[in-house]
Amino acid sequence: MELAKNLCIVLFSAILVDNFVLSKFMGICPFLGVSKKLSSAFGMSCAVTFVMVMATAVTWPVYTYLLAPNGLGYLDTITFILVIAAFVQLVEFALKRYIPVLYNTLGVYLPLITTNCAILGVTLLNIKDGHDYIASLVNALGGGLGFLLAMVLFAGVRTRIEGCKIRKAFEGLPITLISASIVALSFLGFGGVIDGIFK
Amino acid sequence: MFNDIILPVLILTGIGLAAGIMLALASKFMSVPVNEKLEQVRGCLPGVNCGVCGYAGCDQYAKAIVEDGAKTNRCVPGGDETSRKISEVLGVAYQDVEEKVAFVACKGYCDVTSDKMDYQGIQTCRAASQLFGGETSCGYGCLGYGDCAQACPSHAIDVVNGVAVVRPEKCIGCSICVKVCPKSLISVYPLTKPIHVSCRNKDKGAKTRKVCTNGCIACRKCVSVCPTEAVKVEDNLAYIDPEKCISCGKCMEVCPVHVIDHFHPTCESR
Repeated sequence: MELAKNLCIVLFSAILVDNFVLSKFMGICPFLGVSKKLSSAFGMSCAVTFVMVMATAVTWPVYTYLLAPNGLGYLDTITFILVIAAFVQLVEFALKRYIPVLYNTLGVYLPLITTNCAILGVTLLNIKDGHDYIASLVNALGGGLGFLLAMVLFAGVRTRIEGCKIRKAFEGLPITLISASIVALSFLGFGGVIDGIFK
Repeated sequence: MFNDIILPVLILTGIGLAAGIMLALASKFMSVPVNEKLEQVRGCLPGVNCGVCGYAGCDQYAKAIVEDGAKTNRCVPGGDETSRKISEVLGVAYQDVEEKVAFVACKGYCDVTSDKMDYQGIQTCRAASQLFGGETSCGYGCLGYGDCAQACPSHAIDVVNGVAVVRPEKCIGCSICVKVCPKSLISVYPLTKPIHVSCRNKDKGAKTRKVCTNGCIACRKCVSVCPTEAVKVEDNLAYIDPEKCISCGKCMEVCPVHVIDHFHPTCESR
């Protein structure tokens, strides 16, 4: 029971309180780049979630059983990037084969998952925060779902913006950045909520 | 020695190798069959991704040619040669490409028009045009920061005396500049129809005259002299329909402000 409660706390705080995009400001590039359409935003988030969980599943044992015992903790960044790059390539193959439409809409942002700092952030923070294997996986899943939540919400916001009359100087990126900051502000309101729920 | 140097190298190599094997297997099991003709046709196209053919880019155009039987002569940058190559690949009849040239419809040189303010912002047409339509007193004219010149893949556009000028012998007709110009001054016309109105000012004649001595004042002399009724005046601005124009040059002779003009003179040397 205690374990389940702890995992719930990890999951929901990763989704809401420590949302990777809106609270830690990681993975902003696809957040702004692919959030124009709801469908592609959803596909992108699913790909990111998959890579996050799979990368954590591999990097945590690699770090704990290979790197740390040999005093090679300093190799974590480069090793993790290697693993993430391999998984992104795998996702790319799979999408190209099975969902070519999504492959075409994501375009250049798909290989860019490799350099998506949210994924590297998840793997590194799992180590830094001292999560065990299960908690790491849950945290990665939560990070991915939080990314999905942020992307889908923001895709909705952007669709609304499309229909508004906007001053010329604010058209395009400026108004997108302003609305992103307001969405991020709203997520500040979740601070402390998790502790209250699972007391 | 072993722990400091060899072990990290071994571990990284091992992980890399494992990832490599996984990807090699994945690429084998999840490979997408590629249409051979599609690759060949794509190889013939120049890869500028300009969109003149009416498709989003060279990849899409190649796909349309192979799968939907689109015409092979729509690639303007590639010209006749590309059309011929594609036709050979597919074994269909070959057609010539209608060559096109970009034309900047403004003659508001520095000495015939004036500025309404001293603009010191970002030095691009796009930025300048967002501040009250730019610093030129004519709200329709060329701003002269050369966004089009920078975008041009064949370096065919220069800014001369405050106005962008297309060198037709270099122009490949890709119409990237058409999309870049914030004032929508650039159009792409067939090379065989060289005479066009180089002004886009829609104000009344007197008002136009005040801001630029080279602007169209909508006097309609060109309309009355044209033998084929190719010239029209709408919104205080003359327009020559390239479909009807026979390039006789009579309108150029009667125009009091010399706003009807050829492509840049170097065109004739081609």
